[in-house]
Amino acid sequence: MNRWLLWVPLGLFAVFFAIVAAGLMRPKDNIVESKMVGKPIPEFTLPAAVEQRPALSSTNLATGEPQMLNIFASWCVPCIAEAPQLLELERAGVKINGIASRDTPQDIANFLNRWGNPYARIGTDVRSIVQLELGSSGVPETFIVDSKGVIVHQHVGDIRKEDLPELLKIWKEAG
Amino acid sequence: MIAEAGLIALWLAAALAFLQFALCTIGLTKGQDQFFAAVRPVAIAQGVLVTVSFLLLVWLFIRSDMSVQLVVSNSVSMKPLIYKISGTWGNHEGSMLLWVAILGVAGAAIGVFERTLKLRTLVTTLAAQAFISIGFYAYLLIASNPFERSFPVPEDGQGLNPLLQDIGLALHPPTLYIGYVGLSIAFSFAVGAMINRDVGPDFAKAMRPWVLGAWVFLTLGITAGSYWAYYELGWGGWWFWDPVENASLMPWLAATALLHSVTVLATRDGLRAWTLMLAVVAFSMSMIGTFLVRSGVLTSVHAFAVDPERGSFILALLAIYIGGAMALFALRVGTVKEGSQFEPISREGSLVANNLLLSAILGIVFIGTLYPLVVEGFTGEMISVGAPYFNLATGPVALILVAIMAAGPLLRWRRDKAKALLNRISIPVFLTAAALFALVLFTTTMSVLSLLGLSLAAGIAVASFAPLWKRNLRRTPMHTYGMILAHFGVAVALVGMASESSFTEEKLVAATPGDEVTVNDWKVKLHAIEPMAGPNWTALEARVTAQYANGTNYEITPQNRMFPAAQTQTSEAALLTRWNGQLYVVLGDSDEQGRWQLRIWWKPFVTMIWLGGVLIALGGLLAMVGRLRRAVRQRKQREYAEEWI
Repeated sequence: MNRWLLWVPLGLFAVFFAIVAAGLMRPKDNIVESKMVGKPIPEFTLPAAVEQRPALSSTNLATGEPQMLNIFASWCVPCIAEAPQLLELERAGVKINGIASRDTPQDIANFLNRWGNPYARIGTDVRSIVQLELGSSGVPETFIVDSKGVIVHQHVGDIRKEDLPELLKIWKEAG
Repeated sequence: MIAEAGLIALWLAAALAFLQFALCTIGLTKGQDQFFAAVRPVAIAQGVLVTVSFLLLVWLFIRSDMSVQLVVSNSVSMKPLIYKISGTWGNHEGSMLLWVAILGVAGAAIGVFERTLKLRTLVTTLAAQAFISIGFYAYLLIASNPFERSFPVPEDGQGLNPLLQDIGLALHPPTLYIGYVGLSIAFSFAVGAMINRDVGPDFAKAMRPWVLGAWVFLTLGITAGSYWAYYELGWGGWWFWDPVENASLMPWLAATALLHSVTVLATRDGLRAWTLMLAVVAFSMSMIGTFLVRSGVLTSVHAFAVDPERGSFILALLAIYIGGAMALFALRVGTVKEGSQFEPISREGSLVANNLLLSAILGIVFIGTLYPLVVEGFTGEMISVGAPYFNLATGPVALILVAIMAAGPLLRWRRDKAKALLNRISIPVFLTAAALFALVLFTTTMSVLSLLGLSLAAGIAVASFAPLWKRNLRRTPMHTYGMILAHFGVAVALVGMASESSFTEEKLVAATPGDEVTVNDWKVKLHAIEPMAGPNWTALEARVTAQYANGTNYEITPQNRMFPAAQTQTSEAALLTRWNGQLYVVLGDSDEQGRWQLRIWWKPFVTMIWLGGVLIALGGLLAMVGRLRRAVRQRKQREYAEEWI
């Protein structure tokens, strides 16, 4: 056997070590300002994801009131983690719209039933096309749009309890 | 006093682990063989002390001793006894103590039972085992002391996460941990073999029962965990590809590969380096799994208390143990003689294919689990890799793997002919083709993967018994029956998985008492919603009757439970098991008009998933017992022969 091949396992472990060590050291800060902030929501129309909620298009997001747009998926674990926070936002009076990414109606219905449904409208984005147009590459992500449908904020990753005051503040200021 | 006694026992056990390591290394390096006599007793004493420490913690939980911080934050005095006990490992510190206790007991078990290994290899193995223990003792004593006192003493505790108050959880973690940590024995064996360049059939035969034992527990633990998630989360799914689930799957995949390659080493003296590597990787995956779960670097539904400092501690341990073993591998294995050779079409060839495919699945799961972390590192974005990736990537590889599993046992060692194999396997191949044809013709809803899975399962179910063809059934060794049973279990589980994913029927309705819903052959009727009270919860219970097509009536009572101490709600699904599937009913919330959400699933043959898992574990057990009996018999014969001479 080739001698250097024997070092491959150690090399792979070193790579693993570097990745997780970097992951451990990195401060958990997931508020990233994206390029889409300050621009209007791109035009899109998505079919309804589940029977209980109407479909979603970009015109629903420019209605004269500030709203939130949450991209989620039933197969996404952080989405479960942020579900209680979304419900809390809904209770605080925020209108939240959902885009379900790469999902099936049945799985979405299961997800909403299990973890709560804070959404006013839910569109289904089976091939992540709208998601990519929005400048989002992962789930979960949450956008805040103002009364004219302009994106004022993008929250990448799950919304934690400590993020709520900040998000509510931005939402109120967008009004 | 109990808490202090537990802590003292833990410190003493740590000291003994240190002594064990010192005795072994001094003896080995200075050639002082008389040191070795003390090693076994020390290993046993260490195992006993750490077990005592763990039992004392259990006792604290049983007594609801609220002067101990861990009991306060994870227990409450009005709770059934069984959940007080299981609360011991329903938290970080307690489960780490259980982990370390099993590590200590594993070392003691080597000391008591291992009789075939060469002395120097055995001593090195016990040194490695002690060296691992030292690190984890340090971790417990420095960063996760389970016996810490709380001051001031509160009146009552905060309660255990209600999801964990379930009989499934009482048993699932200990079983899984025995499997996880049992793999440390294979790891230490490999270290012993590498240092002493003692790799060969005798070594493999000594290691095999230990691997089988750990693997049996791991299989049972994963099966139980999957069933627990299925009925307790009330979500109807049985595998979520959650990081914590993946953490348990990865050691299993490595251990499965290991127990197949160790057979090649034992029987044909082949795959020497590869087997050593797998023995290292299997336990490394256990440690990595523990790290991923405990450090909180990955987001998971299994939310444990997360502390980055603890994460760094475990990561440092990983670097020492895994890095050390892999460096040793790179330095030493080049000097281990290569084993014997074989042709591609042979029993060895099929086992190599098995190993490569299992490793491929392991790689896919490993990358998928870590990928979110990599992306976050480079772009700062948080993503989640979910079931779509895992199913699509692992599914096809797994199907090829099970196809090879059907053929492998029918091949001869060293060299065989493809044509002869085709002859032997013609009936299963025909069955698979027929099943595929029938399914394509008569079903419409199946995905390609389930279609292939179900038809392959038909072939494998028959092929798994093919090794018995033309054999004297009474003289066929027990371990062969074990293999047959385990392979048959794979076919059974495969039927369950394919059938569940293709033929499940689901209804979500808003019902008022008196309403009736039809799902498949069932008529489900909601009669009333009534309040209920348990020892530490209150619930709304739905009285539901389910009538099967043949007229039989069943009463079921799905519940919605409130746990006031933890302020959480859980849904207790009602399950009705028939031979051909399960009816799964969940009670949801009510709306303003007084209607209640009812979710009803009919899942045909879903129970076969776990039945298959149990069969696989039983097969492993049978193989282990068979191997051990044979080893004992051979040793007795040898001793008898030596007496004669």
